[in-house]
Amino acid sequence: MRLRLALLTVLLVLLPTLPAAAQPTAFVGGTVHPVSGPEIADGVVLLRGDTIAAVGPRDEVSIPSGTRRIDASGQVVTPGLMDAATATGLVEVSAVGSTRDNALDTDDAIRAAFRVTDGINPNSVVIPVTRLGGVTTVASTPSGGAVAGQGAVIDLHGETVDEMLVRDRAALYAAFTPGAADATGEARGGLAMRLREAFEDARFYAENRDDYRRGATRDLSMSRLDLEALASTLDGERPLVVRAARASDIDAALRIAEEFDLDLRIEGGEEAWMRADRLAAADVPVIVKALHNLPTEFDRLGSRFDNAARLDSAGVPVAISTFDTHNARTLRLEAGNAVRYGMDRDAALRAVTLAPAKMLGVADTHGSLEVGKTANVVVWSGDPFEPLTRVEHVFIGGDEMPDDSRQKRLLRRYDDQGDWPPAYDDGS
Amino acid sequence: MHPLPRVAVFFAVLLLLGGCATTDPAADSSASQSDYSNAELENIREGTYNDAFESSYDPPPATPTLIRDATIMTAAGETIENGDLLMRDREIDTLGTDLSAPEGVQVVDGSGMYVTPGLIDSHSHLGVSATPQVGPHYDNNEVGMATPELWMEHGVWPQGPGFARALAGGTTTALLLPGSGDLIEGRGFTAKLLPARTPQDMKFPDAPGTLKMACGENPKGGPGFPTTRMGTAAGLRSTFLDAQDYHEQWQNWLNDPSGPPPDRDLGMETLAQMLRGEMLVQVHCYRADDMATVMEIAQEFDVDIRSFHHAVEAYKIRDLLAERDISASMWSNWWGFKMEAFDGIPQNVALVHAAGARAIVHSDDDLEIQRLHHEAAKALRAGREAGLDISRNEALRWITAHPAWALGIQDRVGTLEPGKNADVVLWTGDPFSVYTKAQRVWMDGALVYDRTDPDRQPRSDFELGGPIPN
Repeated sequence: MRLRLALLTVLLVLLPTLPAAAQPTAFVGGTVHPVSGPEIADGVVLLRGDTIAAVGPRDEVSIPSGTRRIDASGQVVTPGLMDAATATGLVEVSAVGSTRDNALDTDDAIRAAFRVTDGINPNSVVIPVTRLGGVTTVASTPSGGAVAGQGAVIDLHGETVDEMLVRDRAALYAAFTPGAADATGEARGGLAMRLREAFEDARFYAENRDDYRRGATRDLSMSRLDLEALASTLDGERPLVVRAARASDIDAALRIAEEFDLDLRIEGGEEAWMRADRLAAADVPVIVKALHNLPTEFDRLGSRFDNAARLDSAGVPVAISTFDTHNARTLRLEAGNAVRYGMDRDAALRAVTLAPAKMLGVADTHGSLEVGKTANVVVWSGDPFEPLTRVEHVFIGGDEMPDDSRQKRLLRRYDDQGDWPPAYDDGS
Repeated sequence: MHPLPRVAVFFAVLLLLGGCATTDPAADSSASQSDYSNAELENIREGTYNDAFESSYDPPPATPTLIRDATIMTAAGETIENGDLLMRDREIDTLGTDLSAPEGVQVVDGSGMYVTPGLIDSHSHLGVSATPQVGPHYDNNEVGMATPELWMEHGVWPQGPGFARALAGGTTTALLLPGSGDLIEGRGFTAKLLPARTPQDMKFPDAPGTLKMACGENPKGGPGFPTTRMGTAAGLRSTFLDAQDYHEQWQNWLNDPSGPPPDRDLGMETLAQMLRGEMLVQVHCYRADDMATVMEIAQEFDVDIRSFHHAVEAYKIRDLLAERDISASMWSNWWGFKMEAFDGIPQNVALVHAAGARAIVHSDDDLEIQRLHHEAAKALRAGREAGLDISRNEALRWITAHPAWALGIQDRVGTLEPGKNADVVLWTGDPFSVYTKAQRVWMDGALVYDRTDPDRQPRSDFELGGPIPN
């Protein structure tokens, strides 16, 4: 009873601080890039609650009274950007093991049941830093082994993971790389063998669940949880994202995906330009890093800056990622660099918005400025891809994100030097 | 403090030997009462004041060239609109507008394009962490608490594919450094980023010596290493005490070279040079308090620090850096990858600059060395967001004039001024735009990269016959 009273008191104290239902907001007069359609020169984007209520030319959108108007003239309005390959919320300080939750430390090559979701920290200081760079949505992904586990798509705003989740278990992550082969006998053939065995066992399990429960099946190569995760992936509940760089590794991923009728995406894909036509024919999307052109490993001797441009020209769906966590905020520069090396501008914007949203199954709510979609909107002082362009406003789910982060606090604490030690300045 | 030119060292030695200052040591017959002949003393001198491993850099043939009607960002001051730049005799000859083309000069139309000095990176591991990054290519860190005996140039693989990439990104000079795994890693190597057969062919002629040190997380905790910051500070001071002793022994012997000379010690030779002010000291340091400790140790031993590298928290002590005339080599926005990088902020470069210290944007990375101009632009925008009034020319100096100073080659490169080396980049547009690429790069007047001419795009041996067609 006493506990309940205490809870009630806490709730009553907290109540006034809970945000009121968001006032409708309209961005008026900017160049609007809906991504789902052509750019609008003098446009309006209207947000109501947590969704987009209207998008169109200024003279075609009526703005209700009581709406907060944000003058965006001379500025650029886009959907919030989405990075499809990060470990946001899972890694706080890369070199400090106790702050890393993106990989299982195990000798098992197959970790399909590993789910990152419960390890995501909504209070990570990386989150405000990232969204102030115009990135509103990320895939937080697992790594390690031959099959790493399942990732989640989250919005970078919310007090709990549940509030942030856009799609849990959005994709299953695997790898066809020398690193993954290390977990399966240090040869690519061993890796292919283990992947095929795993999916064959999962298919067998799905067809013989009752026998399995009775202990009446042959031995299977994984735990029940791993079998379930692979079986539901075989059922089409989520795509399979395979990290692969060498052209022949991409071939292997395509071959295995075809054998098991898996919905494949290639991640990394440093030599994907050599398989552009094949990937286009199979309609397999690729998530690439634009800023990579060095033979850093023997499996990516063909890495080049125009990879994204070549894939896009061939008709392959392309998403661009930083493959970074702390600097996922530089996603717009990755896209700009893809344009620098020949990619169409609209395609590059799509590659950091609608394309990754489609690839990870969240395009019904994310990736473009369309009526009914989640109100994730960024206003830029100019061309979003230019390093000198500022981020003016970031809205996630209709809420304006404050100009605040641990980095901003440090800046404000140290931007002038007074008589008192910096410890007396809270940086707000 | 400026390093003593080698010729000054030479005279200083002659004076120490008791000889008179003449230009020909062989002519000096009254050198000493030593048991050693002049020729032998000269050999000893060569050992102590080491002139081995001289540069054999020999730039390719150059044609006098006039770039016309470009926007010229000199990194020395005002931008010249519709400007012309004449390169001749491997130097910047004339800057201005409406220059006439002398006979035999090749004219390049630069309209709509920009010109800057060749970019300079104060921190790169190209050559010792070469791609592909496989075990046999790892030549970055030696095992040992302090290894001042190491010379970076003995580990540089000139065939590293990164060199040609950096050049294509408009970077013409870099300080190549060993890693940060111990307190003192050895001598750095100031390199012309022109792919060549030997490291000596890439060595920047007459560049002063540099010494790489490290503090903080990296040099502690390994087997046989100090496990605390206290231990690393003590290790550094003990090593410097040893160097003082060594330096003194040699000074005494050179004052009176009777009897056998002291034993040579390669590491101590390097540190003795540092104590004499002939080494530009480069210290890997992230945290403000670590930099402060190293500054105190440097003061204790009367050593000047030229640049703190990575310097993620330089903004917290920017007044101290300005006071002591120490530059800070920084990233535009790296942070969070380890504890001592947790307080990195994008305004670091701009705050250091605004405090009057020399700010440098460095790469420490084989991809960022290809786009230092973008990194400078990011740091400029962050500074402007914080209300700091910084010009484009000043931001350009973060990747040209300031790193040139950190490397002690500011009289040769880093700005476009008559008489300086003709290290010049012609850009397709504004270098602070994401869309801009290097169109042409000249090194000492030679056209060493042309984006439109495959014959002017170097490639390493390693990449021949690989997946990317020539």
